[in-house]
Amino acid sequence: MTTLQTVFEKARAEKRAALVGYLPAGFPSARGAIAAATTMVEGGCDVIEIGLPYSDPLMDGPTIQDAVHRALVNGTRIADVLRTVEAVAATGAATLVMTYWNPVDRYGAERFARDLAAAGGAGTITPDLTPEEAGPWLEASAAAGIDTVFLVAPSSTDARIEKVVRCCTGFVYAASLMGVTGARETVSAAAEGLVKRTREHTTLPVCVGLGVSNGAQAAEVAAYADGVIVGSAFIRRLLDAPDEASGLAAVRALAEELAAGVRA
Amino acid sequence: MLSAADLAGPGPDEHGRFGIFGGRFVPEALIPALDEVEKVFNEARNDPEFVREFDHLLRTYAGRPTPVTEVPRFAEHAGGARILLKREDLTHTGAHKINNVLGQALLTKRLGKTRVIAETGAGQHGVATATAAALLGLECVIYMGAVDCERQALNVARMKLLGAKVVPVHTGSRTLKDAINEAFRDWVTNVDHTHYIFGTVAGPHPFPEIVRDFARIIGVEARRQVIELTGRLPDAVAACVGGGSNAIGIFHAFLDDKDVQLHGYEAAGHGLESGEHALTLTAGSVGVLHGARTYVLQDDEGQTIESHSISAGLDYPGVGPEHAWLKDSGRAVYHGVTDEAAMEAFALLARTEGIIPALESSHALAGALELGRELGPGATILVNLSGRGDKDMATAMKYFNL
Repeated sequence: MTTLQTVFEKARAEKRAALVGYLPAGFPSARGAIAAATTMVEGGCDVIEIGLPYSDPLMDGPTIQDAVHRALVNGTRIADVLRTVEAVAATGAATLVMTYWNPVDRYGAERFARDLAAAGGAGTITPDLTPEEAGPWLEASAAAGIDTVFLVAPSSTDARIEKVVRCCTGFVYAASLMGVTGARETVSAAAEGLVKRTREHTTLPVCVGLGVSNGAQAAEVAAYADGVIVGSAFIRRLLDAPDEASGLAAVRALAEELAAGVRA
Repeated sequence: MLSAADLAGPGPDEHGRFGIFGGRFVPEALIPALDEVEKVFNEARNDPEFVREFDHLLRTYAGRPTPVTEVPRFAEHAGGARILLKREDLTHTGAHKINNVLGQALLTKRLGKTRVIAETGAGQHGVATATAAALLGLECVIYMGAVDCERQALNVARMKLLGAKVVPVHTGSRTLKDAINEAFRDWVTNVDHTHYIFGTVAGPHPFPEIVRDFARIIGVEARRQVIELTGRLPDAVAACVGGGSNAIGIFHAFLDDKDVQLHGYEAAGHGLESGEHALTLTAGSVGVLHGARTYVLQDDEGQTIESHSISAGLDYPGVGPEHAWLKDSGRAVYHGVTDEAAMEAFALLARTEGIIPALESSHALAGALELGRELGPGATILVNLSGRGDKDMATAMKYFNL
């Protein structure tokens, strides 16, 4: 399995930011998600976040909500998420699971960490798990040897950032703006300041997500962050495509554009 | 006169936990806002000026204290027990929701924010929020499931007339749980100038505590009134439970009265076996929903299962964490009441006492009828009549072919 550490060391050696792509398992179908994620890797993504579809995604905007809803209607289960991780990890990309806490809690923290590691997963991003509630998950993840990524936000005080980064391994996810997931015309000016503040508390890579959707924005963020995270824009390509083949072609084109952006 | 002590119930702990329940499971972006709300609330409830202002609004605007009414003709169907109703239906806007909303609207001012958002199921919390926003000059947006917008059209019209923007939510089950998700999404985007007036004792800390303490007045008044009327404490207190705000509001003043039984009634919908119900405490399991650890209707992989109730206000697959704790500690007992039993109690109270209760409250009334038969003649049962049934007439017309 490729670790996050390997990915960021390689990117650093190439003097560029890493490119992180998100896609929920089961969307547009179980096989379709694997095909799309594989295409994203071929197009230049270094890290893939596989979303674990959840019925109440309270941090997601309409695009990801739509995709996740379709994944659930398709009958996507945690076993499918793990199978997707296994297939994507086999491409050589570091593969994370992005998940709300309840499905992991219900599945069992230790069991989930163990099964994810066995599938070749590099770690998790848990958007609604706060440091105060994270104890059991940090233990389970450490025992399984997977990374734990938590989020900091523009509203986070320095004391909060300090608390959050202590829970992080792999990298820190900096939410570029106050809001939900989704493509936006401009990347928030708050992002750069947040990255700077976060770096005062950790030597871990800091990646920026929320609102990035094109090569120019990726280049802008890559100038000050260690990684650029893109989700909704990939999903939008799949939602808008008339058929699977053209969807994959659009995903590949976007990945290539973003990959050029992080190298600019 | 309300005192600071009336606005401070015991628990939760510093992390907002009631035993293993409660806490905060929300995006990091919201933590500073929750910290700020917690701090300002703790200052406010210890500030005599805030308590005086809240008390003044409750008395001169909301219509407190609400009376306790004995209902002997209704109680004839309850095995001879005495039944007393705490008349929250007589508050301004017609439900207990106004108490919490006035308190949180005052908090919004104290927070220096100009906009409020809220979610609503039956519409009572939305109407109450729109009312308080109009009163205090705050911009107001209400999120409501598209299904609930249809079955509570009257309340949608009321909110609009009060100057609120009503946003129908078309995601998920298109009911209360999805309205809450949407309200959280708005809050995380607009938290700099917006306060989320959470409508029930659920959600992340400190909402379960804030909503409870603003609703505590119900029990504080009722306890005194029942003693005045009967010379003693009631044998049992009954209330319906969706998220659980009216139930906590009346239960809380009796928590230390160990001889007073506390009974919560959830919506059994078409019955447990049908799978179409909102029996969160009876048939749910421990999980995380809307920012708190509590009992949740969920499948074996933690996906929320859609609830069902004829009453939009009880149609919620979660429940306040303090109720989860009261259940596990055994201090309160929770039961299910079917749509059918609730509708019978609804009609019975109307015909025997001239009071049309909310469908939510009708679940507690149906529960009290059964409880009365168990406890026998001479027992006194205090029921929280959490709201009035005007908003439910469309449902009643359809159900009874009126």
